[in-house]
Amino acid sequence: MLLSITVNGKAQKIETDPGLPLLSLLRDHLQLTGTKYGCGEGQCGACTVLVEGRAVRSCVVPSSFAAGKRITTIEGLARGEQLHPVQQAFLEKDALQCGYCTPGMILSAAAMLNEQPKPSEAAIKRALQGNVCRCGTYPRIVAAVRLASERMSGGAR
Amino acid sequence: MTVAESRREFLQRLGGGLVVLVAVDDIEAQESGGTRRRGGRTAAPKDIGAWLHIGEDGLVEVFTGKAEVGQNTRTSLTQAVADELRVAVSAVHLTMADTDLVPYDIGTFGSLSTPQMAPQLRKAAASAREMLIRLAAEKWNLKPSAVQAADGAVSELNGSRRAGYGELTRGQKLVETIGDGARVTPPGEWKVAGKSIPKVGGRAFVTGQHKYASDLSVPGMLHGKVIRPASFGARLVSVDTGAADSIPGVKSVRDGDFIGIAAPDPRTAESAAAAVKSEWKADPQQGNQGLFAYLKQTAGPEQVVKSAGSVESSYAAAPVKLRESYQVAYIAHTPLEPRAALAQWSGDKLTVWTGTQRPFGVRSELAEAFKIPEEQVRVIVPDTGSGYGGKHTGEAAIEAARLSRASGKPVKLVWTRTEEFTWAYARPAALIEIASAAGGDGLITSWEFHNYNSGTPGIETLYTMANRRIVFHPSKSPLRQGSYRALGSTANHFARESHIDELAGAVKMDPLQFRLKNLADERMKAVLSSAAEKFGWGRKPAAGNGFGIAGGFEKNGYVATAAEVTREGNAIKVIRLVTAFDCGAVVNPRHLENQVEGAIVQGLGGALFEALTFENGRITNARLGAYRVPRFGDVPVLETVLLDRKDVPSAGAGESPLVALAPAIANAAFQATGIRLRSMPLRFVS
Repeated sequence: MLLSITVNGKAQKIETDPGLPLLSLLRDHLQLTGTKYGCGEGQCGACTVLVEGRAVRSCVVPSSFAAGKRITTIEGLARGEQLHPVQQAFLEKDALQCGYCTPGMILSAAAMLNEQPKPSEAAIKRALQGNVCRCGTYPRIVAAVRLASERMSGGAR
Repeated sequence: MTVAESRREFLQRLGGGLVVLVAVDDIEAQESGGTRRRGGRTAAPKDIGAWLHIGEDGLVEVFTGKAEVGQNTRTSLTQAVADELRVAVSAVHLTMADTDLVPYDIGTFGSLSTPQMAPQLRKAAASAREMLIRLAAEKWNLKPSAVQAADGAVSELNGSRRAGYGELTRGQKLVETIGDGARVTPPGEWKVAGKSIPKVGGRAFVTGQHKYASDLSVPGMLHGKVIRPASFGARLVSVDTGAADSIPGVKSVRDGDFIGIAAPDPRTAESAAAAVKSEWKADPQQGNQGLFAYLKQTAGPEQVVKSAGSVESSYAAAPVKLRESYQVAYIAHTPLEPRAALAQWSGDKLTVWTGTQRPFGVRSELAEAFKIPEEQVRVIVPDTGSGYGGKHTGEAAIEAARLSRASGKPVKLVWTRTEEFTWAYARPAALIEIASAAGGDGLITSWEFHNYNSGTPGIETLYTMANRRIVFHPSKSPLRQGSYRALGSTANHFARESHIDELAGAVKMDPLQFRLKNLADERMKAVLSSAAEKFGWGRKPAAGNGFGIAGGFEKNGYVATAAEVTREGNAIKVIRLVTAFDCGAVVNPRHLENQVEGAIVQGLGGALFEALTFENGRITNARLGAYRVPRFGDVPVLETVLLDRKDVPSAGAGESPLVALAPAIANAAFQATGIRLRSMPLRFVS
């Protein structure tokens, strides 16, 4: 199947098996290795990408799902040198240790903030419940997301 | 750079400037004296701990065998060097865990990077600093005491002359070997260490630019998959790779019981592996049911760790006696990045990129597997997606190298999550039996402690017990087992600190008071008191809730955890945790807090829900959907008190914060419900 998708703003046509997991398409065919494999079951969130702005677990979604849609991976979040507020907040709050969950975490958080610009701490934890951080950095991740939300909504709540 | 480059060639390649080598060999240390400049010497002493190069551009390149696996050692070691050399953090770059470029290192485990590697790097940096001062002093015809080093330059104290480090060494090739000589900055005078600077190189992680081993690729690379035995210890009876071989681009490899596939892309490798028909035969094996009885039955000769006084007579004579048994399940490390390796042969030389905590250990394993000298093997460890003690061995590296050699192409091999759960080693299960006694005055008089299978870390105790007998019994383990963050210490602390609480109850003393009464170690008492104070110990909990406290000592780190919990169905809900931690002088407060909290969060898994289930040689919950790990919703209110002891050398903190968590929770659950849980993971049964 010739798949037409837009990844990080770039329109692509890729010849692929429609059933190939979107994660494999991104990592193996487009060399976008920022999106990670963690479990292959959609249970850990490391493979999270944005499809039309919504968080999707790319390891359990076929490439055909992405046909005609706009995909954002971690590589596409920053604008040149300018980091997305969530990325910037993760750095400032030291919300990462080994960093492997970080791309998925950041995209899940960005997707949530698109829909809930001023989330409570409980809402943040609920929205990110599908993202595992085995290093246990959860408290700082919550702090980073709160900081990002404050900045994105134009100041402290 | 060729794989077999000699040290001399390597030193030449570094270019002009100053190289400082830290000898860990006593003889070398005496020989070098630490203060004489040894220009022109290019042969490296045999036992080098670390080395450091200051280039003609003033940039500092540090070489260490330690690996970065998320514990932020890259940052803390950078701070140590920047501090000692009086340069900006941005002027220091660490090359870590590349066996061709760095000195030999035993491995990143044992919480040793901070207490051992940091001092070595400080010595190297301090020697370099003193040497630069001497160079400037000579150049300006001054005494060394009349110049100072700051901000990457040496300057006159009473004058305006100033020279950058790069300028001072330009056009020269200086090599200095040092032992103990240079004056290292004490913690009270730290300017860069001791501060919470952000993660070095962090930007690459938040942008997805950093490449873990599983992200790497080289031209012409194939993707590998191993066909796994049907169960542990199974022997191959027959195999048919015909269907796999007929897939274009696929190469199958068969070598004894090793069956592997190399294919042009991961999906084809998967399909090809699935198309291989294999038959295996194994003997029946012990499963979960009856595991702890099995561990006791199969125990080998006992190893007496400590024996003092007479536990028999002191037990018999005491008014308060207690005899209980505790159990701890096998758990899986579950590093979020599964193990992976990219192997590439060049003639007889092998390079493998892999995430491991033991690059030199894996190099030996590879040399042994392929019967080639170690000098022909290069292991490179990119900053890795965690290890927790689970990535000490080179399984993926050997598998990738085998497939690479057979196919004639580079091969990348990444384990699936199911392979991680099944074929990696687990944290050992434990059966622990304790018999103790105390007087009516609350002093412990007798202590007999038996650990079956899980090991001796943390088996000794700081409590004052005149009569004690502490014994380890190795057992037959049905599962492959090995290191895990804090090793056997978690099980030993769980049993001991639960039992201490039970003993406190038997003598009708408050659990905190009972502990303080039976401890002489001031630092242990200090963390217990700190945690208790921050927690508000001594209050009454709300109805249905319970408070618990526990203390621990591991790898020179002292920890105390106070917990508030309640029962929810058959589970324990943890409401609040206060942790007090003392590991000596603190290098990076925020990263230390991350390690402490990270260890606590990870520990919640083992304490409350993690357990490998297995039957007849198969793990039966080898999926993330079936093996529950801590998530956002599981994190209670977490408070951390760091006791910064600038008068004590820095100890490591990667493991010790874990050990008091499970018993604190069990103790709190007892107060909340009157039910004493003696099995990890802690669950009520209806």
